[in-house]
Amino acid sequence: MQNLTLLDGQKFQITIQRLCRQLIENHNDFSETVLIGIQPRGIYLAKRVANELRKILPDSNIQQGDMVITFYRDDFRRRGAPLIPSETKMDFIIEGKKVVLMDDVLWSGRTIRAAMEAMLAYGRPQKVELLALVDRRYSRHLPIMPDYVGIDVDSIASQKVVVSWKETDGEDKIVLLSEIEK
Amino acid sequence: MAELSTRHLLGIKGLTEQDIQLIFETADRFKDVLNQPQIRKVPSLRDLTIANIFFENSTRTRLSFELAEKRLSADVVNFAASSSSVSKGETLIDTVNNILAMKVDMVVMRHPYAGAATFLSKHVKAQIVNAGDGAHEHPTQALLDAFSIREKYGDVAGKKVVIVGDILHSRVALSNILCLKQLGAEVMVCGPTTLIPKYINALGVKVEHNLVKALNWCDVANMLRIQLERQDIKYFPSIREYTMLYGLNKEILNSLDKEITVMHPGPINRGVEITSDVADSKQSIILDQVENGVAIRMAVLYLLAGQTQ
Repeated sequence: MQNLTLLDGQKFQITIQRLCRQLIENHNDFSETVLIGIQPRGIYLAKRVANELRKILPDSNIQQGDMVITFYRDDFRRRGAPLIPSETKMDFIIEGKKVVLMDDVLWSGRTIRAAMEAMLAYGRPQKVELLALVDRRYSRHLPIMPDYVGIDVDSIASQKVVVSWKETDGEDKIVLLSEIEK
Repeated sequence: MAELSTRHLLGIKGLTEQDIQLIFETADRFKDVLNQPQIRKVPSLRDLTIANIFFENSTRTRLSFELAEKRLSADVVNFAASSSSVSKGETLIDTVNNILAMKVDMVVMRHPYAGAATFLSKHVKAQIVNAGDGAHEHPTQALLDAFSIREKYGDVAGKKVVIVGDILHSRVALSNILCLKQLGAEVMVCGPTTLIPKYINALGVKVEHNLVKALNWCDVANMLRIQLERQDIKYFPSIREYTMLYGLNKEILNSLDKEITVMHPGPINRGVEITSDVADSKQSIILDQVENGVAIRMAVLYLLAGQTQ
């Protein structure tokens, strides 16, 4: 495996802050907006963004939840064994709200399709937006586009994009992993 | 990613501790699904058809399985032996093969004979879930009972559970003993000598014939019904005498040193093995058991279905 660091350190933090400012442009004080991180890896992004927003807008009530999409995936019974879901933590109703779905890496778009279906169990939102820290461009299987993007990455299917977080992995970093040709 | 070590759920006997923990962890998530505010179902099993074949009466289990299947978006067909060709002399394999010929993927079966589910699993292609076979096993009931204990106490290991009543004829008792032992609980059975199986010691459980002593020992008491339909001879003089010796009432419950948890797999014979004020008391988790039953069955069906390919 060959590792190429795409983003880390201060640049990573600047990217998160830019995403927060872009969100504020569209959502003002977030009174009508909820942020939903997609389990398992999207929740770290959603938590970080929510915390940054709370620092910038200390008087606002920023609502953030974690959502499991495992039971809504379209590849159940098409892979070796079933995926074991993590926990959904959504202590709010999204009926009539603006929802910002968040995931660390957007690739085929299938996770987002499942997330949109899973989300309906919590109500009918007024509007849904998508925020992805990494957009692996030109690799979509479905007509899904993000509204907010941290960085664009051009990659091929055999490569992998891995996002690490200070809170859980020790450092903020986005790495592109490639198989070395023999 | 994780997988059960078995393709069918025939009994607790075929499950490892890892299997049981995997079922519990998955059931935790399905409990979340059942409490979702708007849509309480998921599409996971939308391309599956499941047949519920019941050769014996059932209310709770059949309803619970059917609900679990529907919450997973499976197509469901129900079959009750009383209204079928079984009464015209058709064999079990023929009945099931005919149902499978209509493109059914999974069979949930209850049957009055021990081993019926295992027999079927060897002769038909579909995955089989045992919903009770005679006096042998009732695995999903044991799983939901242990899951309810885990929910109440955080863990099953180290807990003391007494199973009171007709141990001899109860599939719930056998499956519960196997499941609780597998998870590290201490198990005691309590009942009249005639209703305790001869070889019970082989299962590594304690035996007690005095109800109050048994209740003072335990954290959880699982009260079983007297299975009169399986008793071809008299095992005790009268129901009244049984109630006096083995019936749980509020007076006994209040006299104990600690607050124990009361369970019952249903159907309850109020006033026989348990009085109404105990069944409806805050120490009883009988209705939690019923609620957990759907989540446990969803977990079992989901995990089995996921490994078919």
